[in-house]
Amino acid sequence: MSAAPAPTGNGAEAAAIAEDSPAPRRGGLARLVGLFNANWTSWAGLAMLVVIVLMAIFAPLLAPYDPLDQSILNRLKPPSADFLMGTDAFGRDVLSRVLYGARISLIVAIAAIGLAMVAGGTIGLVSGYVGGRFDVAMMQAMDVLMSFPSLILGLVIVALLGPELRNLIVAISLTAVPPFARIARAPTLAVKERAFVEAGRALGFSHARIIFVHILPNVMSEVVVMGTLWLATAVRVEASLSFIGLGVKPPTPTWGGMMRDAFENILDAPWIAIYPGLAILALVFALNLLGDGLRDATDPKLRGE
Amino acid sequence: MIRFILRRLLAAAPTLLAVLTVVFLIVRVIPGDPALVILGDQATPEAINALRARLGLDRPLHEQYVSFLLTALSGDLGQSMVSGKPVIEELVAVLPHTIDLTLASLLLGVVLGVPCGIWAALHRNRFIDYAVRIVSLLGLSFPVFVSGIFLLIAFALTWRLFPVIGTADLNDWGDRLHKLVLPTIALGSVMAAYIARVTRSSMLQSLSEDYIRTARAKGVPWRVVVWRHGLRNALLPVVTVVGLYLGILIGNSVLTEIVFNRPGLGRVVVAALTQRDYTMLQGLLVIYCFLIVVVNLLTDLAYGFIDPRVKHG
Amino acid sequence: MAEAPVLAVRNLRKHFVQRKGFPNPVTVTVRAVDDISFAIRPGEAFGLVGESGCGKSTAARALLRLIEPDAGSVTYRGEDVLAARGGALKLLRRKLQIVFQDPYSSLNPRRTIAQTLVEPMQVHGLARGADALARARALLDEVGLPAAALDRYPHEFSGGQRQRIGIARALAVEPELIIADEPVSALDVSIQAQVLMLLKDLQARRHLAFLFVSHDLGVVRWFCQRVAVMYLGRIVEEGPVEDVLHEPLHPYARVLRDASPVPDPALRAALPRIEGEIPSAANPPAGCHFHPRCPRALPACRESFPATTEPAPGRRVACHLYPAEDRASVR
Ligand SMILES: Nc1ncnc2c1ncn2[C@@H]1O[C@H](COP(=O)(O)OP(=O)(O)O)[C@@H](O)[C@H]1O
Ligand SMILES: [Mg+2]
Repeated sequence: MSAAPAPTGNGAEAAAIAEDSPAPRRGGLARLVGLFNANWTSWAGLAMLVVIVLMAIFAPLLAPYDPLDQSILNRLKPPSADFLMGTDAFGRDVLSRVLYGARISLIVAIAAIGLAMVAGGTIGLVSGYVGGRFDVAMMQAMDVLMSFPSLILGLVIVALLGPELRNLIVAISLTAVPPFARIARAPTLAVKERAFVEAGRALGFSHARIIFVHILPNVMSEVVVMGTLWLATAVRVEASLSFIGLGVKPPTPTWGGMMRDAFENILDAPWIAIYPGLAILALVFALNLLGDGLRDATDPKLRGE
Repeated sequence: MIRFILRRLLAAAPTLLAVLTVVFLIVRVIPGDPALVILGDQATPEAINALRARLGLDRPLHEQYVSFLLTALSGDLGQSMVSGKPVIEELVAVLPHTIDLTLASLLLGVVLGVPCGIWAALHRNRFIDYAVRIVSLLGLSFPVFVSGIFLLIAFALTWRLFPVIGTADLNDWGDRLHKLVLPTIALGSVMAAYIARVTRSSMLQSLSEDYIRTARAKGVPWRVVVWRHGLRNALLPVVTVVGLYLGILIGNSVLTEIVFNRPGLGRVVVAALTQRDYTMLQGLLVIYCFLIVVVNLLTDLAYGFIDPRVKHG
Repeated sequence: MAEAPVLAVRNLRKHFVQRKGFPNPVTVTVRAVDDISFAIRPGEAFGLVGESGCGKSTAARALLRLIEPDAGSVTYRGEDVLAARGGALKLLRRKLQIVFQDPYSSLNPRRTIAQTLVEPMQVHGLARGADALARARALLDEVGLPAAALDRYPHEFSGGQRQRIGIARALAVEPELIIADEPVSALDVSIQAQVLMLLKDLQARRHLAFLFVSHDLGVVRWFCQRVAVMYLGRIVEEGPVEDVLHEPLHPYARVLRDASPVPDPALRAALPRIEGEIPSAANPPAGCHFHPRCPRALPACRESFPATTEPAPGRRVACHLYPAEDRASVR
């Protein structure tokens, strides 16, 4: 990285993890241990993720109660045999809501990052391939977008568009477009200089074919690894927006929304906040573990030599 | 030095201009007539038109744009649509709280993160290294409102060590610090996690450089090699990313302020959004971007300070 | 000229403008290709030789429009290559193919050999499905590779094998002319001969025309019928390969011939000492670019670039030693 002004904002979080690329210089055994460890942690992340996804899919089967069922009699009950995680201020079962809450987190994160990956990836690929002034202009636009703190940008967009699932997805994906554009552009610049791209042109392939059939696969692994790391960020931003009151509208259970409700009753019933908080933490941690391990595994510095 | 700063500021000017334009567009182009939003559905058309005229919304877009730019550049961000007070005054009033929190968290992050990162790098692939890596990954997985609420439950509700409510008296330094402790831990631990990871990897990088190996081969003691050669070079990327994460820090301070009920920019943002205070919102976005431009400038200066190769002037 | 040329290049020019240097960048114009002209007849192998950096690859890429040339004209069987667009250009690309120097970067590492060979056929609507695969198999056979190669990836092959795959890919669209840009210079010496034999074989069998780019006169002599010698972006001499090598007209062609390992030791002479600043295409000397290194430089060489003359039938040279009116001075 040069001394040029660094774009501050939403690129940084995933970059923090991406920045961390160890270059092993030890003997064979220690390196094996290192690689095994990298595998061990990413397997742990994957396992946690699978559990959470299964929870979300089978929530109707697993949940002991309807997550929307209110009960005046059972308000703010501490955890017990009937309500394993207690109840909230409306007498709703916290466990059932935590199980269903995984759905919104996953849907928003996957949709938003999927969109950002496609949009940002395309911008990065095309911008890098075309090069010249177009490239400079596109990257400057990305820098401007990155110079807003992502949470603030998400906040403003959702607030102005209205807190709906669709707007939430759009807002979060918009904040993630620039980093994907950058991560796709860098290898594109290198790949487009390879002779096989020129061979494609000589063979009469269209630019679109060259970009999406020939360059894209060579860029994909970076984008996917980055995607995993950004899923973690997206889950966190969605939870944060819900906590501020700009998430999917109640009574739909969301983890961030549950934290918000719990926060209002924190003096009387702090346990309500613990479980959704742990759920958010578990999902974000799982995604970070997985992304971190994937990055290590795909890092050419680790793979080669 | 001065010339260096001026040049950097000049380089930031186009970005700032673009940012101002985006801010202007976000607030104008997004559906919803501010006047209608402020006055509500029952308002008469005359009242709405009157408000639109007062807000300057009846003028053509480009005229609004030019006057927005001119006033913004002169430091005047207009008046709050809700309170009628100058936006800049309201923002300057809460700014110290946000800056307190941000700087304290940054300090905690550096003090905790840099040594942990070095420690892990020096014990590469040993238990300490794995512990630092996993704990830091856990640390940066915490949304700050979650860690904030957990801290609140533990320290303010269970052990009652710190206050729950956090408006500090700016003139009472003891009070100011006391109320800063929990929010700083919540926000600073995320920062520490990022910094530890970056320090670790850049330290590893710099320890694998040739001249370090040469120094070792020449019999320079390991301790000296690490501190005199390794660390200095390892710190360069750390400075860059500290600058980078300051943006995250500023963004996340919104959540911290809500959880700990502290005044600050974050609270003002949320209030402006719920009240549809468009001028306030514009002002906030401008301030945020301005802060980030300043942070970038400081990062550059720090960079030049550490790295003698970056020439000033 | 007996037959109309397949490819005629007239005054092709490509300059690269770059801003170099920090903190005070200066604009540098690299005259990589400066007004070159030549023509290739059907089935003919035409050599383009010159030192590394003289603009051979740039010329090859510009006439295929892999980079857009700045000026000049390129015609394929009378059709304007530089003005073609869309479908017409696509059709031209079928007829003019290229084999690259570096067999490692010229194949997409993520595509199997089958995909690599079938894709061009599909794009040009020549074949699809099982038919295309059968053709791919036949192509592999033609370049001397087993059909089992189809399902493999490029990294499983050696440099020589990859170059064969690159040749098969060029043949997949049934071109009439192949530009071979130093096709063997990246290969082991032991492999070079095999690949050259293959190309020669293909040329005869498919009646292909070649623009054969090389820095090695020995190879050109063996492979080509005619040759053009390039120096700093310009063609300084052109003619039948035997004549040019046996009796070079241009002093530079002579230097080049003398420096290359010619089989006949009697033809070798001591290399003239090269003195002065080594010229580059970015900063070519005024007048004839070669004059600072030329053992026979005249005062006029410093003044102006010599016009191209035809001192003998079929031979062209750009040198002040051979003024237009004086044909007798050959020798
Ligand atoms: N894309 C480019 N941009 C700038 N200069 C270039 C580019 N491609 C080639 N050149 C320059 O043009 C000259 C001729 O290069 P090239 O055609 O590759 O030579 P050759 O193939 O004869 O070795 C060289 O000086 C080279 O540096
Ligand atoms: Mg070349």
